[in-house]
Amino acid sequence: MSIRNLLKLTFTTIALMLAGCSGGVLDPKGQVGVDEKNLIILCTILMLIVVIPVIVLTLYFAWKYRASRDFEIYTPKWAHSTKIEALVWSVPVLIIVALGVITWRSTIALDPYAPLEGQGEHLTVEVVSLDWKWLFIYPEQGIATVNELVFPANKPIAFKITSENAMNSFFIPQLGSQIYSMAGMETKLHLIANEPGTFKGISSNYSGAGFSGMKFDAIATPTEADFDAWVEKVKQEDTVLTSDSYKELAEPTENHPVTYYGDVSDGLFHEILMKYMKDHGSMDFYSKPNNAATGMKKAMPAMHKGHHEEVNE
Amino acid sequence: MSALANDIATDMAHDIHEEHEHEHHENNTVFGFWLYLMTDCLLFASFFATYAVLFMNTAGGVSGKDIFELNFVAVETAALLVSSITFGFAMICAHKQNKSGALAWLAITWVLGATFIGMEVYEFHHLIVHGNGPQESAFLTAFFSLVGLHGIHVTSGLIWMTILFIEVSRRGLPEKTVTRLSCLSLFWHFLDIVWICVFTVVYLMGAM
Amino acid sequence: MSFLGKLSIESVPYHEPIIMVTLAVIAVVGIAVALLITKYKQWGTLWSDWITSVDHKHLGIMYIVLAMVMLLRGFADAIMMRTQLAVATNGAPGYLPPEHYDQIFTAHGVIMIIFMAMPFMIGLMNIVLPLQIGARDVAYPFLNNLSFWLTAGGAILINISLGIGEFAKTGWVAYPPIAGLELSPGVGVDYYIWALQISGLGTLLTAVNFLVTVFKMRAPGMKLMQMPIFTWTCTWANILIAASFPILTAVLAMLTLDRYLDFHFFTNEAGGNSMMYINLFWAWGHPEVYILVLPAFGIFSEVISTFTAKRLFGYTSMVYASGAIAILGFVVWLHHFFTMGSSANVNAFFGIMTMVIAVPTGVKLFNWLFTMYRGRLVLSVPVLWALGFMVTFTIGGMTGVLLAIPGADYVLHNSLFLIAHFHNTIIGGAVFGYLAGFAFWFPKAMGFKLDERTGKAAFWCWQIGFMMAFLPLYVLGFLGMTRRLNHTNNPDWNLWLYIAAVGAFVIALGIFFQLLQLFISFKNKDKLDDTTGDPWNGHTLEWSTASPPQFYNFAHIPHIQDIDAWTDAKERGDSYHKPEKYAPIHMPKNTSAGVFMSMSFTVMGFALIWHIWWLAAAALIAGIGVFIKRCYTSDVDYYVQVDEIEKIEQAHLAANAKGASV
Repeated sequence: MSIRNLLKLTFTTIALMLAGCSGGVLDPKGQVGVDEKNLIILCTILMLIVVIPVIVLTLYFAWKYRASRDFEIYTPKWAHSTKIEALVWSVPVLIIVALGVITWRSTIALDPYAPLEGQGEHLTVEVVSLDWKWLFIYPEQGIATVNELVFPANKPIAFKITSENAMNSFFIPQLGSQIYSMAGMETKLHLIANEPGTFKGISSNYSGAGFSGMKFDAIATPTEADFDAWVEKVKQEDTVLTSDSYKELAEPTENHPVTYYGDVSDGLFHEILMKYMKDHGSMDFYSKPNNAATGMKKAMPAMHKGHHEEVNE
Repeated sequence: MSALANDIATDMAHDIHEEHEHEHHENNTVFGFWLYLMTDCLLFASFFATYAVLFMNTAGGVSGKDIFELNFVAVETAALLVSSITFGFAMICAHKQNKSGALAWLAITWVLGATFIGMEVYEFHHLIVHGNGPQESAFLTAFFSLVGLHGIHVTSGLIWMTILFIEVSRRGLPEKTVTRLSCLSLFWHFLDIVWICVFTVVYLMGAM
Repeated sequence: MSFLGKLSIESVPYHEPIIMVTLAVIAVVGIAVALLITKYKQWGTLWSDWITSVDHKHLGIMYIVLAMVMLLRGFADAIMMRTQLAVATNGAPGYLPPEHYDQIFTAHGVIMIIFMAMPFMIGLMNIVLPLQIGARDVAYPFLNNLSFWLTAGGAILINISLGIGEFAKTGWVAYPPIAGLELSPGVGVDYYIWALQISGLGTLLTAVNFLVTVFKMRAPGMKLMQMPIFTWTCTWANILIAASFPILTAVLAMLTLDRYLDFHFFTNEAGGNSMMYINLFWAWGHPEVYILVLPAFGIFSEVISTFTAKRLFGYTSMVYASGAIAILGFVVWLHHFFTMGSSANVNAFFGIMTMVIAVPTGVKLFNWLFTMYRGRLVLSVPVLWALGFMVTFTIGGMTGVLLAIPGADYVLHNSLFLIAHFHNTIIGGAVFGYLAGFAFWFPKAMGFKLDERTGKAAFWCWQIGFMMAFLPLYVLGFLGMTRRLNHTNNPDWNLWLYIAAVGAFVIALGIFFQLLQLFISFKNKDKLDDTTGDPWNGHTLEWSTASPPQFYNFAHIPHIQDIDAWTDAKERGDSYHKPEKYAPIHMPKNTSAGVFMSMSFTVMGFALIWHIWWLAAAALIAGIGVFIKRCYTSDVDYYVQVDEIEKIEQAHLAANAKGASV
């Protein structure tokens, strides 16, 4: 029977799906990604408690009560049963309550803005999405790179992210969460790699013609010493990233090669951010917790935070 | 676009169904028009929300405090509020089949509405020539758009009123015409209420 | 600025062979259709019975024809995308450069949602809803005609963009800043804006029209909680349209001001805020998906309860569940951008609100199950679609809840997992529903049934093709493939991309079978003739009329006592009764005002796209002029006389008497 074949096909595909996920979000190499993978699996299993019975019952009832089986009981006027109604409302409610609790907790635990607790000091990297490449500025090391992100394994990284113009999304699938990069705003992301390796990094928000080539390698070095050696190597380059050379870099290019800058002018990231943020007025009105109760305003914490930094300086 | 929406919505007042089961269908017309006004209300709500988000973003230029002249706007507001009352009188006359009374009150309403629009145009012109046009900052963009959206509505109300004025003066006040007047009346009062919100949120809160 | 604005001969992409061939094919088909109409001397009928018609049944059919034509266009885009991605692997560029490919995915999304799904849904609603509530027409028949032509006007604009200029290269959501003037200086985004704006106005007017119809024009005796379930779900959808489309109008108007007058709503400069666009867009966009799917839920309810020859289980639950979905649909928009940096509490709130929607949806699924329980299910084509839906949609719902968990969304957002999810719900939910409704109500609208064999073949191709085309996308999402990529370079992905492409061709086969089904059915229409008007032993009032219904719908408006009004009448022996006497029926006359008005607005849109200001002004004035003239036209209606009614009704009753005796 074709319905049954269909079902078989579905399940085979799902099995294949789970088996063949090397290099993706189901093959995480960092704590954030591992937590997210477990969350996905747990929630899927919880939902299957309803989903599988619904699918099976659909096919079973369709088969059992088909017209040709006229010996089955037939109740044309039966249209209400308080018991069944109570059951069909309460089962989904219970599952959603369980999922809701998991959601609330996991969302707070996985907040991209929250530093990773108990992992030690974070390495700060400032990320700028350009048309169509990624610029990484290491403020503590005083270097910058294009389309290559290097960091030590087992050391958490604090990303500060903005965009020169179009909106992109900064994403390294094997390490976990992504976050948008937006011009004139600073978003934050905290990730860690728990084993060394080279992971694919992408933009996962379409940003124009060269978007498909907007890729970078995220390289987790085995030790901090390896990372330091790499920093030294970059410092050897005599190219300097200043406001002027940044302007040149910001011109649209596709499939930009990996580039190192041995030196970066101070506060470049801030300058990029402020180019547009200066036009945003005093945010005191929004940043009062009382006023931040509505969704629309709360949807913009990045902006408020960014501004606060400016005010504090 | 919204002017367009108004005009098409007027159509509800004018549709074909009038005759069969007369009263029933006149009700339909007003109900349908009221529904349209609710959708219009959401259009305004979107512009209000945007204004609330953008009004601080002055890009180093002027803020509400610098440009709003409350006395001027108060007169403007008074003109519009009074026009609502006079429209009410026009409707009373229309329901009493008092054609000349309805026409007179409509004329007064029209003059008041035109005064309001005239003052608004003056305000906009004044701002633009002083270098505070809507292109200068997100605040001015949101301000001009919200107030302008209301202005376009009032303007189309004036055009509609002109047409109905001609209709009443030519045909008198048959039921169909009274229904049309009722719809315009709803529209006019609705714009009054929206203006009260604009006045409060934009001007009063902005100038404080 | 020249006389024709930005328009010049260079605006025609004659150097693009793919576009030119497409245009040639469209031209050939168009000329062939025109010749056929001329040969059979049908231009007069086309004009007076269809184009200018204010009859909701004719308008409904025109909506569905429009939807099908646009389905072909949107599906051609889909096939091109899938083949491009199947070819452009391992770093190969494929045959569609980004310049062209980016327009295709934008057009595919806009066309399928705005110009395929919406007209299909509105078409079915037009045909069925007034019949179900025992009304002779909608509240504002002229407005109904205008709404159709506004929708068609938008569709015309988007198709013109194929041959003159370009379409948006922004994705169907057109987020600024890339939809802003700086990054999209061409006319593509302007086509997008005006096509959506003009058709959106039509949709909004339709919603107001049908809300008044439902609230004011139900047959005597019909309480709100006795309205057929399809009418109820459409009503919820109309409430959603009325409450959400103004937001779309507003946000597009703001984008227009940014692009045309250098305003700063969403620009990076001068304090604009592009996040505001994203919020407003989804405040419309999320309700929009429920607008699409709620009527489909209604169709499944009707189909299952009819073909299982039972009452619908849990009618009250169904009505409230639909209402809950509609209302909750307004408080979940932020789940489209959990990754924008909102605080954890905000994300968690919107995530949980989204999941809550799974409760009423789950209840609906269970209620359909218990409608089948102890029934006599006939596995007809509409039922196959319904069963296919229940299986497919359940999977889509599950992946949707998964995406609603912010922690999961942080890795699945914008991935092909998302693409698979929403096709799972929109194809498996909405489109399967419309196709079920199409097969179910086709005899009502056209007077003959559809061929079953080709119908079943179409279903299986769609179902299997769907699984093949979209389940691999779930895998690709897990493998880290993001959406809107033009080419890929990852050997692990290739196999899945190939399967997906084959799946798209299996769906194409399904569409082919549907066209074949129409062809065969038209050819055998005498054999498939529905003489009774009630081919499925239906429950609701539309089945009490002839097929196709008399143009006035009901000679005598029935008095309603039950949800399943027609079943009730049949059981009481009150069906096919000639009333004591007929009264003359008041009917609206057809009018050309709607088509002239909306074509004026379409011309205005075109002129604005190309900055031909004088033409835009002239067209706007013309449109408003036609409208004012229409308001002061008195010859708009007429009465159908008793003897004519008697003649028409006699034929219907006689056919049924004959059917009963056979």
